[in-house]
Amino acid sequence: MLKTFTRGGVHPPQNKITSDCRIEDLPLPVNVAIPVAMHLGVPSKPVVDKGAEIKVGQLIAKGDGFVSANIHSPFSGKVVKIDKSIDISGYKRDAVFITVEGDNWLDTIDRSPVLKREFNHSPEELIKIMGDAGIVGMGGATFPSHVKLTVPKGKTVNTLVINGAECEPYLTSDHVLMLEKGEEILTGAAILMKALRVEKAVVGIENNKTDAIKHLQSLLTNFKGISIQPLKAKYPQGGEKQLIKAILKREVPSGGLPADVGAVVFNVGTAFAVYEAVQKNKPLIDRVVTVTGKSLKKPSNFRVRIGTPVSNILEAAGGLPEDTGKIVSGGPMMGKAVADTSVPVVKGSSGILVITQKEARRRKIEPCIRCGKCASVCPLGLEPYLLMPLAQKSIYDRLEKERVMDCMECGSCTYTCPSARPLLDFIRLGKSEVGKIIRSRKK
Amino acid sequence: MANLITVSPSPHIHSGLSVNKLMFGVIIALVPAFIVSVLLYGVGAIVVTLISVASCVLFEFLIQKFILKTEVRITDGSAMVTGVLLAFNLPSNLPWWIIIIGAMVSIGIAKMTFGGLGNNPFNPALVGRVFLLISFPAQMTTFPVPSGISTPYISQVDGFTGPTPLAMLKEGIKQGVPVADLMKDAPSHMDLFLGNMGGSMGEIAGAALLLGLIFMLIRKIITWHIPVSIILTIVLFTGLLYLINPEKNADPLFHLLTGGILLGAIFMATDYVTSPMAPAGMIIFGVGIGLLIIIIRVYGAYPEGVSFAILIMNGFVPLINRYIKPKRFGEEIKNG
Repeated sequence: MLKTFTRGGVHPPQNKITSDCRIEDLPLPVNVAIPVAMHLGVPSKPVVDKGAEIKVGQLIAKGDGFVSANIHSPFSGKVVKIDKSIDISGYKRDAVFITVEGDNWLDTIDRSPVLKREFNHSPEELIKIMGDAGIVGMGGATFPSHVKLTVPKGKTVNTLVINGAECEPYLTSDHVLMLEKGEEILTGAAILMKALRVEKAVVGIENNKTDAIKHLQSLLTNFKGISIQPLKAKYPQGGEKQLIKAILKREVPSGGLPADVGAVVFNVGTAFAVYEAVQKNKPLIDRVVTVTGKSLKKPSNFRVRIGTPVSNILEAAGGLPEDTGKIVSGGPMMGKAVADTSVPVVKGSSGILVITQKEARRRKIEPCIRCGKCASVCPLGLEPYLLMPLAQKSIYDRLEKERVMDCMECGSCTYTCPSARPLLDFIRLGKSEVGKIIRSRKK
Repeated sequence: MANLITVSPSPHIHSGLSVNKLMFGVIIALVPAFIVSVLLYGVGAIVVTLISVASCVLFEFLIQKFILKTEVRITDGSAMVTGVLLAFNLPSNLPWWIIIIGAMVSIGIAKMTFGGLGNNPFNPALVGRVFLLISFPAQMTTFPVPSGISTPYISQVDGFTGPTPLAMLKEGIKQGVPVADLMKDAPSHMDLFLGNMGGSMGEIAGAALLLGLIFMLIRKIITWHIPVSIILTIVLFTGLLYLINPEKNADPLFHLLTGGILLGAIFMATDYVTSPMAPAGMIIFGVGIGLLIIIIRVYGAYPEGVSFAILIMNGFVPLINRYIKPKRFGEEIKNG
């Protein structure tokens, strides 16, 4: 039996169209806007002025406060202005506008492809390097890594979990990264182990990626304390709590952190970025992005500089198909629909998914038949059929009691509902209202 | 870009599951039992089912269109399922006008007055059946003797009828005849399993109903919790009674295969709308139904108690849902 989480879950069609596509470099764009808010926490403060000449890898915005992250320029050229720009989430936020000229990198960055496995830094030094390099969780949550590595007082972590589950349908960026940069990822994991002072690391991979499992297993001889754990292909296997449950059989308590059960989770993409930051002195300026969709001409995996407009990526994939109905940043289960293709790719963008008109249309909402399927697929044991009407009727105290804040918004309930009810839409609304009440109580 | 793109919150894909597909699945699961009842009761089984389904769908249409003036949603298949289930709870020689009254009560009173699909507290087909049982006790409890596929509906009305094995048992025990003697006249267990006895048209064929159960479990239309908990409760309860006093009580298998237990456990108690949501709640619901069935059969006035037992437990469903919650993730902190 393969390991998996025990409660709920769904099996959407995997549609991993691009799992055999090697990572390709994307041509550089001409004009870009680099958002200063592309991580969880406080937006960074720009540190370059209008007219400044900048190089690739140069710091352009500094983390502001504890939970924040540095941002480095992925391009060389001239700063045009610092102004509001619509970002991938649809909001207008501050961004550094750059006109790209050439591709001049800072001399301090090691651009050679030579693998460097040895490192002698102390844990504190490692955490500082990652903070300086602006590394955030690349699975999508974009939580600053140096904050995650600073384990709260009174909690002890004994296991590092590397997330290679990639349970979202369509997405393959982690998969191809594991195939092409396996040793770098494992080195990154070794660095993270040292930073956390733990002896044990487990890489969890869904067994629909047997080639990646085999490849990483073949590399293990050089790495002490790291093991590979094949997992059942079931959504949301890559959810932090689900992954810890599957691999370590521990349940993160409601409202708690993985550190409460002695674990910390990093995505394989983050492990790779950690490797580049520590061993190559390269800040986080690019990432692998899967561009995919059933009617797309050339679905691909691209190495994309952060800040590249989505439209450039779509063009490189053969242009937008005629029957495009929706463009999603991320996977089909948890990704965000984008309204405008001129928005830039950010640190957390794992994929660009083009959905056909037929699939984009939501079905007509029918009455709840109380089949209970939403509750049976909820990985957190919640009751979406109950939470939705409670949110509609603004019964917030009851919503809180029914643990609405536990919801991770995986979308399994809405995906399953035979009556096509917008369960998660209303649960989100309830969460935001209950969240406000909880915050006001603390003040 | 030539066309407009949609912007909506995630998830962006759907499983494709629909109310329609679920209801159609239930109907497919009912086909084996239907075939058996046609083989045993002939044209009557077809006529009763057709009248019941047609009038259920028609009443739903009329009420939605002209009384409630809402969207007509007879195509969702739920009225059809109610129609088939109602028919399965009726004798195959029931006069047509009684069937229509039953359909009117099922759809009109039990379902639409509460707001239609998803809102009715009690199982519509059972409300219809119990209404008929109380209003027309004679017609509802005289069942045609299974006489083969060529039996016509009309001649059945005046034809030979016989009591159900359960009614024979109840009457016999009342007169003080030992159960062992009564069993000599009753059909064998194998006959019961294959449906060779008097009874409502859909409840007689244990084998066919089990086939439907297996189908629904494989297609994940229902879960095992309700049928299994009902059946286990009945086996344990009647087994206990049989061990205490075999003179006065029939064996568990006889109980299980007679009357509507299998039809009720598999198709009636598992109705989505009127059963609990959480697995633990389903088991409480099932155990409650099992206990009530036997209490009514052994100690009550009626020889059969499945309909009443399910309807009574239907009333507890909101309470069960309120207090029996699914096991939440992270409820107990395990550190292994």
